[in-house]
Amino acid sequence: MSTPQSTSMSTFVSAHERQRPATKAALRSIQVITLGLLVLFGIGPLYWTVKGAVSPPADLIASPLRLWPADARPENFGVALTDLSVGRYLLNTLQIVAGSWAVQLFVAVTAGFALSVLRPRFGKAVYAAILATMFVPYTVSMVSLFLTVLDIPVLHLNLADTYWAIWLPAGANAFNVLLAKRFFDALPAELFDAARVDGAGTWTLLVRIVLPMSRPVLAVISLLAIVHSWKDFVWPLVVLADPARQPISVALVNLAEQAPQDLLIAAMAMALAPPVVLFLFAQKHIVAGLGFTGVKG
Amino acid sequence: MAAGVRPTSATREAARKGRWRTDLIAGVFLLPALVVFGLFSWWPIVRGLLISFQQTNLVEPARWVGLDNFRTLFADPLLGTAIGNTLLFVGLAALIGFPLPLLLAAIMSTVRKGGGAYRFLVYLPVIIPPVVSVLLWKWFYDPGSGLFNAVLGLVGLGPYPWLQSPNSAMLSLVLESTWAGMGGAVLIYLAAMVAIPSELYEAAESDGASIGRRIWHVMLPQLRPVIGLLLLMQLISTVQVFTEPYVFTGGGPQDSTVTVLLLIFRYAFQNGDYGQAAALSFLLAVALAGLSAGYLRATRSWSRT
Repeated sequence: MSTPQSTSMSTFVSAHERQRPATKAALRSIQVITLGLLVLFGIGPLYWTVKGAVSPPADLIASPLRLWPADARPENFGVALTDLSVGRYLLNTLQIVAGSWAVQLFVAVTAGFALSVLRPRFGKAVYAAILATMFVPYTVSMVSLFLTVLDIPVLHLNLADTYWAIWLPAGANAFNVLLAKRFFDALPAELFDAARVDGAGTWTLLVRIVLPMSRPVLAVISLLAIVHSWKDFVWPLVVLADPARQPISVALVNLAEQAPQDLLIAAMAMALAPPVVLFLFAQKHIVAGLGFTGVKG
Repeated sequence: MAAGVRPTSATREAARKGRWRTDLIAGVFLLPALVVFGLFSWWPIVRGLLISFQQTNLVEPARWVGLDNFRTLFADPLLGTAIGNTLLFVGLAALIGFPLPLLLAAIMSTVRKGGGAYRFLVYLPVIIPPVVSVLLWKWFYDPGSGLFNAVLGLVGLGPYPWLQSPNSAMLSLVLESTWAGMGGAVLIYLAAMVAIPSELYEAAESDGASIGRRIWHVMLPQLRPVIGLLLLMQLISTVQVFTEPYVFTGGGPQDSTVTVLLLIFRYAFQNGDYGQAAALSFLLAVALAGLSAGYLRATRSWSRT
């Protein structure tokens, strides 16, 4: 059954069924209703957060359904930034995210490069040991990880209340190593040989040949690392007892107990804005990373 | 050098030396991974096992206590509650959060123009930090200033106690976590759906199969491996639920939302009883290993098909 318009998308509704008025109308209405619900549940909560952030507290209680407050108070954002120290908490989060990102990228690239390009004899065993950790979620070893961070073996350092306690364990991410190794595996080996013949050392090979060709996978690892560490809550809660060093996710839980509701909501709006903006600009890469996680893991 | 005289052994010698050199250089490049995985992944996994048979309180040196931790663990009446609650959360999350993404993806697969908007909207909640999502929903659930009771009140429903009642608290947690986590599954289903060869649908249609029959007899069988995979992924992640009970309710009301991970957290970081926490972690690890083994089998059978 050939149809004039051939599409790449396959679906259970055929092209000529779409021409039938009844089917067309039914399909249309289902799609529109779905879109409406998605807007309601996707954008709705974000809009409601912004609305709540600029509403006087009395308004929030007296008329919870009002779409926009009579006297909006955009100054609430500034007040939350300074009076609730949201500015500092956001900076803390930024430091945590930046460090975790750097460590994850460094570990994934060096390990992926060694395992894929250099291929030492013990490579297979190391790779297997790394992949095996994917089957032990970190929540399961959280208690012993905490005790380890309090007293690092051999060095006897206490990392608690420092960001190293978050940065370094973040690097132990098997999925990043897997992504990097698989990507490097697919690069043409002739290039490496040619570079070697030209006298390139191992470091030059990594920095000049492999990395410039690996932008897509570096982007995916980076975005996964950034989104993940921005969202992280349990581990910073456990390891950062000092309120002055806590990220916004941990601080919000404390603020929820004491802060006025409108300022708390303003703080929440500022905590979710950066990842949402990042998502606006990097949607494609994030969804690509998700494709990796979901199906190829 | 001596290559011209004794080619075989000399090249072998050179190759052997080269091999060692490569291994050494590779070892240097692997060092960051070995240190980080060794200290923060491999050792804690092994140590967690050891600690569950030790008494550790950070002050005195650790002491071997055999099965004492497990004995005190099983004597805690909250353990049964926590396991039951966790199973309730996992079950409700599967009941609500498992079919919904499939349905949404099926509808989205019929969209010709503007599919990007649907994908963007459906994934938006996943991007929001979990603590913010939970606090947001806590506000929506609020009996006084909450959105949900206000909206339902317009059509004469409610007011509902949501988080305040032991009967509805867990369901309230599940609703939020479904909203927050569903986007990933929708996009994975969608990708799998549009990859189904359209000839299959065309053949079914020319055999007179209705749209419903095409969904049931073509689409769902084609998706079966992905469905199994996502179900397992969902089970593995919902068994570890923590942020929702911790931020929403703290385990209440009347312990109705105390989950296994919340109990581990309480043992370790509120009571300082790391041995007991490790013992419960050990049991959780065993449960997750069972699920992971299923995950692995599902992945294998999927990549074969």
